[in-house]
Amino acid sequence: MGMTMSQKILAAHAGLETVKAGQLIEAKLDMVLGNDITSPVAINVFNDGKASSVFDNTKIAMVMDHFTPNKDIKAAEQCKQVRSFADKYDIKNFFDVGQMGIEHALLPEKGLVGPGTLCIGADSHTCTYGALGAFSTGVGSTDMAAGMISGKTWFKVPSAIKFVLINKPAKYISGKDIILHIIGMIGVDGALYRSMEFFGDGIKYLNIDDRLCIANMAIEAGAKNGIFPVDDITREYIKDRFKGEPVEYTADEDAEYDETYTIDLSTLRPTVSFPHLPENARTVDEIGQTEVKIDQCVIGSCTNGRISDLRAAADILRGQKVAKGVRCIIIPATQSVYLQAMHEGLFDIFIEAGAVVSTPTCGPCLGGHMGILAQGERAISTTNRNFVGRMGHVESEVYLASPAVAAASAVTGYITDPAKIGSN
Amino acid sequence: MKAQGKVHKYGDNVDTDVIIPARYLNTSSHKELAQHCMEDIDIDFTKNVKDGDIMVAEKNFGCGSSREHAPIAIKASGISCVIASTFARIFYRNAINIGLPILECDAAAKEISSGDEVSVDFDTGVITDITTGKTFQAEPFPPFIQEIISDGGLIKHVTK
Repeated sequence: MGMTMSQKILAAHAGLETVKAGQLIEAKLDMVLGNDITSPVAINVFNDGKASSVFDNTKIAMVMDHFTPNKDIKAAEQCKQVRSFADKYDIKNFFDVGQMGIEHALLPEKGLVGPGTLCIGADSHTCTYGALGAFSTGVGSTDMAAGMISGKTWFKVPSAIKFVLINKPAKYISGKDIILHIIGMIGVDGALYRSMEFFGDGIKYLNIDDRLCIANMAIEAGAKNGIFPVDDITREYIKDRFKGEPVEYTADEDAEYDETYTIDLSTLRPTVSFPHLPENARTVDEIGQTEVKIDQCVIGSCTNGRISDLRAAADILRGQKVAKGVRCIIIPATQSVYLQAMHEGLFDIFIEAGAVVSTPTCGPCLGGHMGILAQGERAISTTNRNFVGRMGHVESEVYLASPAVAAASAVTGYITDPAKIGSN
Repeated sequence: MKAQGKVHKYGDNVDTDVIIPARYLNTSSHKELAQHCMEDIDIDFTKNVKDGDIMVAEKNFGCGSSREHAPIAIKASGISCVIASTFARIFYRNAINIGLPILECDAAAKEISSGDEVSVDFDTGVITDITTGKTFQAEPFPPFIQEIISDGGLIKHVTK
């Protein structure tokens, strides 16, 4: 029996010729990641375990991105604890304010993950790097601590679901619309414990940012990881960037998949997930013109804060004004995205439209800071979760969408099809 | 190893944001986290929960974020065991790693009601609803997982 892409990466890191679904293996890690919320818990565990060294100070990344720039004294204390740890153990990839970005945008950009990498991260959206042909998955802080100590972790080898993406998506259809459509189709536990592997000629129409967005939200279907095959678009992206040796894995022809779905990208429509689960997906055609009035629009996050996301938002906002009564908050995911957007003049477009531009932070996505919702308020957001109370008050609502849909909605004040605003 | 207590019952897709809202993640103090456990889905939980009580929920319990603060908050609030139809995978791993016993049992998850007195035998996987007299069979943990849980978590287990 052949292996899936995910299984091949796991086998290679476990020193095994083959693995099969359900097998328990111990594998060597290429990268162990934590942030300002999960690292403090991992450091406590590390110290409780009386550890005195890390396995490799170049293979640990700590990114201060969630509640930074420090939102309060407690958040400041947490960052201080991580900073001291990074200093003590000489952690090479410690990213503080000034260098940091949202972790899942930052690690690919810095070349710390790439094709064939095996990465665990104490953040559920660590599955993002599958876009580059890596096996990466979210774990908790104890697993992060054990990984930092030993450089290894155990896995149950996952089975997989195959998604064959065919044909070219229409204008305004982005990675976000594709993944929201998929989660709407299979549900928030549709891929529980399993890999989501993407194939098909439609992939060639998806840039790296689209793929990162799709892999990022694999966790929202319960998946262990999401993964794309490596192609010229990947190779171009990692060139002069990836610090490791890329290894490209392709699935065997006789690899076993639990299920196969074929998705014709040319038929997809801009898609929005309604509260309070990402699976509550509807196309813009199913939403009345003045059905959902919004108070806030957030464009950013590890899902959609990259340069192509900001360009898509700028294409809509150019020459437009944010509707009265709407706060539009735009958050470039990293310093490099920030600089590029600034050089391209995107900030002029955003600010002239009446939006604000923030320094990189996860901030509002998880109800941390930089855009918290009051009771009864609604946000359209390019983030990844719309759970109860996710962005603020327990009686607030989050609608998930692409940057184009979010920007169009900011202009009208209601959830809106971008085609109604943008130039066709 | 056994647990017995009164049941706090929830539905499908209980996510880690309602188990412990992110606004409280500026601390890693177990006690502080426990004070806000479940507050966005069940404001009275922290008032009603007693040491040894059992949490029961339906499918995909613990979905969402990887925050280990979620099982920590549940354990520190006094809950002795979580029973669900299914668990989200990161929560499942985290619960074992911090020594919070969890069992997957769809029939128990569906038939047990809030307020029932329930006992769990971790060696056999038998769940007994003392209030209704019904019993359910869950797959017991293999001995090495039971040992991690009884040692109080993965790190205590590997460093003991």
